[in-house]
Amino acid sequence: MAEILRDLVFDYTLRNVALGSALLGIVSGVLGCFATLRRQGLLGDTLAHAALPGVCLAFLVTGSKESVVLLAGAAVAGWLGTLVLLRIVRDTRLGEDAAMGIVLSTFFGFGIALLTFISKRNDANQAGLDKFLFGQAAALVTSDVVTIAALGALALLLVAVFFKEFKLLSFDPEFAASLGFNTHRLEVLLTSLTVVAVVIGLQTVGVVLMAAMLIGPAAAARQWTNDLGRMIALSALFGAASGVTGAVLSVTEASLPTGPMIVLSLTAIVVVSLLFAPARGLVWDWARQRRHDRDLAPPLAAVQTAAPERGQP
Amino acid sequence: MSSTTAILLTGVLVASACALLGNFLILRRMAMMSDAISHAILPGLVAGYFLAHGPNLLVGFLGAAAAAAVTVFLVEALQKTRRVDGGSAMGIVFPAMFALGVVLVSKFFADVHLDTDAILYGNIEFSAFDILYLGDRELGPQSLWVMGALCALNLSFLGLFYKELKLTTFDPGLAAALGFSPLLMHYATMTVLSITTVGAFTAVGAILVVALVIVPAATAYLLTDRLAVMIGLSVAIGAVAAVAGYFVAVALDASIAGAMVTMTGVLFAAALLFSPSQGLIAKARRTRRNRARFAAEMLVVHLFTHEGSAAQAAESLVAHLSDELRWSVETARQTVARALDQGLVSQAGERLALTDDGRQTARQVLAR
Amino acid sequence: MPQQAATLEGHPPPIESRPADAAEAVTVRDLTVAYRDKPVLWDVDLAIPAGTLTAIIGPNGAGKTSLIKAVLGLLPLAAGSVEIFGHPYAQQRRLVAYVPQRGSVDWEFPTSALDVVTMGTYGQLGWVRRPGAEQRGRALACLDQVGMAEFAGRQISQLSGGQQQRVFLARALAQEADLYVMDEPFAGVDATTERAIVTLLQDLRARGKTVVCVHHDLESAPDYFDWLVLLNVRLIAAGPFAETFTPENLGRTYGGRLHLLGERYLAVGAR
Repeated sequence: MAEILRDLVFDYTLRNVALGSALLGIVSGVLGCFATLRRQGLLGDTLAHAALPGVCLAFLVTGSKESVVLLAGAAVAGWLGTLVLLRIVRDTRLGEDAAMGIVLSTFFGFGIALLTFISKRNDANQAGLDKFLFGQAAALVTSDVVTIAALGALALLLVAVFFKEFKLLSFDPEFAASLGFNTHRLEVLLTSLTVVAVVIGLQTVGVVLMAAMLIGPAAAARQWTNDLGRMIALSALFGAASGVTGAVLSVTEASLPTGPMIVLSLTAIVVVSLLFAPARGLVWDWARQRRHDRDLAPPLAAVQTAAPERGQP
Repeated sequence: MSSTTAILLTGVLVASACALLGNFLILRRMAMMSDAISHAILPGLVAGYFLAHGPNLLVGFLGAAAAAAVTVFLVEALQKTRRVDGGSAMGIVFPAMFALGVVLVSKFFADVHLDTDAILYGNIEFSAFDILYLGDRELGPQSLWVMGALCALNLSFLGLFYKELKLTTFDPGLAAALGFSPLLMHYATMTVLSITTVGAFTAVGAILVVALVIVPAATAYLLTDRLAVMIGLSVAIGAVAAVAGYFVAVALDASIAGAMVTMTGVLFAAALLFSPSQGLIAKARRTRRNRARFAAEMLVVHLFTHEGSAAQAAESLVAHLSDELRWSVETARQTVARALDQGLVSQAGERLALTDDGRQTARQVLAR
Repeated sequence: MPQQAATLEGHPPPIESRPADAAEAVTVRDLTVAYRDKPVLWDVDLAIPAGTLTAIIGPNGAGKTSLIKAVLGLLPLAAGSVEIFGHPYAQQRRLVAYVPQRGSVDWEFPTSALDVVTMGTYGQLGWVRRPGAEQRGRALACLDQVGMAEFAGRQISQLSGGQQQRVFLARALAQEADLYVMDEPFAGVDATTERAIVTLLQDLRARGKTVVCVHHDLESAPDYFDWLVLLNVRLIAAGPFAETFTPENLGRTYGGRLHLLGERYLAVGAR
């Protein structure tokens, strides 16, 4: 234990991985609260998949593997995917689920085609790109962590500034509009911040597992409190905790990948929260139910044995 | 059989098998279930590999099918607790399953060929080389047999339960009243979807499965209003995308699976833009036409409403239209011209009056 | 109301014409509203006098909700204009409070009754500024007015339907408006809540406020309201309640369907 703590502070790799993962956990935990409360949890999944062709195109156009360039490409493609998604939902009879599936799979398929196209042309150079599929937290260097911290801080600052507006938008958008808030602009802002969280996550946990980073912490936090502010704080805490736990597990135990370990730590937190959170925990429900059944059993049995007699004409 | 033929045939069979089911997923608003299942079967595949001490079609298949069943069950159970919403339930279960799969792979099979890239986007490229043998007899590429069987399974599922699927999709209440349990059909659909995903997955990977299930059916839905036609169209669209994707991939030397998915996207985009009934362009044109007609109707209804009222004199002035109806001067002019042209109104100086035709039209419009 | 004056000072509104210099709370001219190509309101002209308790009544699909949403600037207008106390809505926003249908929000949202009511003060706060002790104090007073003070800290999903409705009413009160627009406030509430709403409406009228309610119960309407708007895509009739609530007008509003409502309601209308 003490060794792990010492490594967290002094070991270069572990420090970067843990710090980067924790920052991702905080940012996605905070924004995931709004996403899930607005029933858009899977939007993160769509965004993450849609970002892949952006990464590839950014590389094809600039030839640069600087993470800032690639992440900018990811953000643009993610945004484009969201716009297509909204357009399909608004202007066709296809449901939101179909629209998400369409954007997610076709953008991602296009990204895969581009990725293989790039790799076969100059095979030495693509190694940096496929890390976005599963994320490579273990490869985070100090400059990556600084980028993540800067983007994350900006996102959190904006959430703090517009907390009241985001809360109102998530609870009752029509009332917000009647008060004179420009709900369209608020939605654009909130979605953009979600894009930031996803872009951070691409480097760390990758495309496939990003959905969990937005949904998991929020779903767990919701079980412990009925107050939005506290839910957000808890969600950030759960996100950070799973980030650090996943990082430590993957670095101390060789050959365990970081992203999946983060998600599995997070899943453990979700399961514990769903089962044991005070008031909302499922275990208390089951216990109540059993007590109820047991208390009712003898009288019920009595009624049942009595019933046929009374039932005779 | 040449490898090109084998790849093309495999692609067309996968596309057909997936598209058949996709229609009902789209209509039941459960498209994302295919995404969840396709990712969540990974630990099952790994377990199968572990149990059979190597790649074994049947064991891997069973493991994956079990993982799919677990996923469907967990998502349902989570939704039923009402602690999280439907989308979140999926978003909790399938990444966890996938993460478990990746961890198992890197823990136990780091040096074996079961790489996660292939799982994500498949290797249809090699489908010609994996030959199925019966004893010593060579039966041809294994993926062809698997996909052919899936196609047959899905065709017979749809054929046998077409009526039930249709009814439980469009009117679950009525279906239940008539004794066709919507829940039973739901589980049946999910079972067949799982089997299809697992089968297709080993041939073409997770993402191609999702795209082939959802996108052709969604494209077909933009082109027709009839279920039978939609199903036929979706199969054709999937097949065309598979064939076109193959040649694009060969030309550009890119992933065949990626190119096939990209082609489904291209076909969807084409339908989204150009479909005669649902397309964005047709809709925009219709809206423009309707807006002009609607404006003329607004004009006659406006005049009709104020006919005989004290305000009639003021309300029927041409200038009033841009003031009170908030129309631009140009819109007002065009609309008046159109209404005059159609004989709905007559103009004396600056004053408009309804003709008998116009009055008739106003009554019809209001009775609608 | 010194409290209201204080908050208004902090936020100089563009025009904000007080109701004293306008006889009409709501003025609707030639209003047409359409969803895509399908008109839901046709050329409605309407004036609702300040200080009335007005019911908007009509069959399902008559455009009642669309009318109030158009008044609140929540729907694009195909034609026509809406004025609140003589000026466009955008300038008069702070004079208007809105009570949406209860079913329009997710009551599982992690928030308390007091917090929801505090949202009523957000309009006066404007962008970015946070609600403080003053706003929460006002929200608590509003909860008290609807008899819900003891439930202030309660999570909103743990309230009954009627209690949730009263929370929405308290939120509107916290807006400290002059015009209250409500969408079916009596729908599916218990007797206690119904009485509380009626008391509240009368209290608002006594303070010179204007209330406009979408209402669906023909039987109770004559007891609660003094002004009536009958709507069925077009405006059928509008005016003082007793004069307007006639069998003939109701017949025109509901068409053949009125027969289903039975003789009783016609008798009520005729009294």
